Amino acid sequence: MSASGGRLVRITAPAAMGLLALLGWELVVRVNEIPPYLLPGPLLVLETLWRDGWSLSGSLAVTLEITTAALVAAVVLGGALAVLFAQSRWLEISLFPYAVILQVTPIAAIAPLIIIWVDDTFLSLLTCAFIVAFFPIVANTTLGLNSADRNLADLFRLYGASRWQALRYLRLPTALPFFLAGLRISGGLALIGAVVAEFVAGTGGTETGLASRILEAGNRLETPRLFAALLLLSLTGIGIFTALSWLSRRLIGHWHESALPRDE
Amino acid sequence: MSNRTEAPPPLLVLDRVGKRYRTGTVALAAVDLRVAPGDFLSILGPSGCGKSTLLRIAAGLATASSGELRIAAALSGRIGFVFQEPTLMPWATVRDNVYLPLRLRGEKRGSAAPRIDETLAAVGLEGFADAYPRELSGGMRMRVSIARALVTRPRLLLLDEPFAALDELTRFKLNEDLLRLWEQHQWTVIFVTHSIFESVFLSSRIVVMAPRPGRVVAEVAIDLPHPRDAALRTSARYAEQCRAVSERLTAAMA
Repeated sequence: MSASGGRLVRITAPAAMGLLALLGWELVVRVNEIPPYLLPGPLLVLETLWRDGWSLSGSLAVTLEITTAALVAAVVLGGALAVLFAQSRWLEISLFPYAVILQVTPIAAIAPLIIIWVDDTFLSLLTCAFIVAFFPIVANTTLGLNSADRNLADLFRLYGASRWQALRYLRLPTALPFFLAGLRISGGLALIGAVVAEFVAGTGGTETGLASRILEAGNRLETPRLFAALLLLSLTGIGIFTALSWLSRRLIGHWHESALPRDE
Repeated sequence: MSNRTEAPPPLLVLDRVGKRYRTGTVALAAVDLRVAPGDFLSILGPSGCGKSTLLRIAAGLATASSGELRIAAALSGRIGFVFQEPTLMPWATVRDNVYLPLRLRGEKRGSAAPRIDETLAAVGLEGFADAYPRELSGGMRMRVSIARALVTRPRLLLLDEPFAALDELTRFKLNEDLLRLWEQHQWTVIFVTHSIFESVFLSSRIVVMAPRPGRVVAEVAIDLPHPRDAALRTSARYAEQCRAVSERLTAAMA
């Protein structure tokens, strides 16, 4: 199979599969005359998305804002903490267990507390999303910073490199692929965190994200709108993943093993 | 030898140097070694005889647990090290890999550029400055590693089985190129190897080591004329020296 042929199949095969499934779904709904509040057909969902698109996109913007802010905070604080851990084994030993505890406690269980403690709704949602997105970046980057080639580290020592030079020219470049792998996980988790926090916070407030719209539509049995919001959320998740994959390729594609073309 | 007054002061002296690991393994037991300026000294022995440990102690990358290491002041900051693996930074181009020692010293890229180009040319890598390590063959990666060690113009070059992972043809070529560079520049070289043929071809002196515990068992001066080239490999004198060294090694292992 040639390379271009392989890529064509890789796109057309899942697309055809998806279309077939949608067609079957539409058929089942029509033939059985299933009421839309139970299961709307894909055409009705699209139509609802078209009609309510404007009001839903406002909610999408809120969710995206929370997700992005949480991810940025996770990158900055998670990255900084990983660098600190790499500088001091003592600090890593003392603090890492707490990062783990934060990670393993389900966010839905902590969210009510955070919403009580943090007055500002945006900030409380941001905190929840941040807690979920934070760990993969800390864990991966710490592992990366500690994975520098031993011989290269010796070489740096031989040439009298300072701590800063060893970090800047050896440990950070080594950690970059690890960090990017963590970032791709955190991107999806930040979105999940934002949605879960919103579910817990409920529909109160003027500016509400997509999750509140899903809750609201569910309560009113506006199932087509629920599906439309769900579709937007999925697309957002895919968008985040694609963007971060692109970023990863841009940053390490020219040297990292994972980006090498494979002979098939 | 000690009463020869015209002998230059040694660059490096190991005086009853021993190394015992925390596990209790004795890697080196009371090794004496003198390295004079201009020596091409090979350390020859089977794996596990402590020859790499010896080299790391000489480089200051490991500490001796007993005995004394004396290094001439002139050597400070003038030591180059080549590992068994090329040990390049995969994210950096050939040029940046060779630039590393100078960069760590605080030299600006612009002022270092002529020296980098000159060193790359010396090891036969003109035109590859902008390639990444993964685009190069094993032999070429090793050339980059050697260029990185040479770019600081070291007075002492330490090589730890640098060609062990290469095929024979590439290895011969790199042996000849290394020897040609040494003949031109007359640095001092300590070359760790487990190949008799390689050590005889390259060295002015061979130190034979034996394992358990790691120790020096023989020292052989190699009396072959310079310049040495590929033709030497098939000469009777070369074969004779190889046999002599081989006998010393066999006797040591018995």
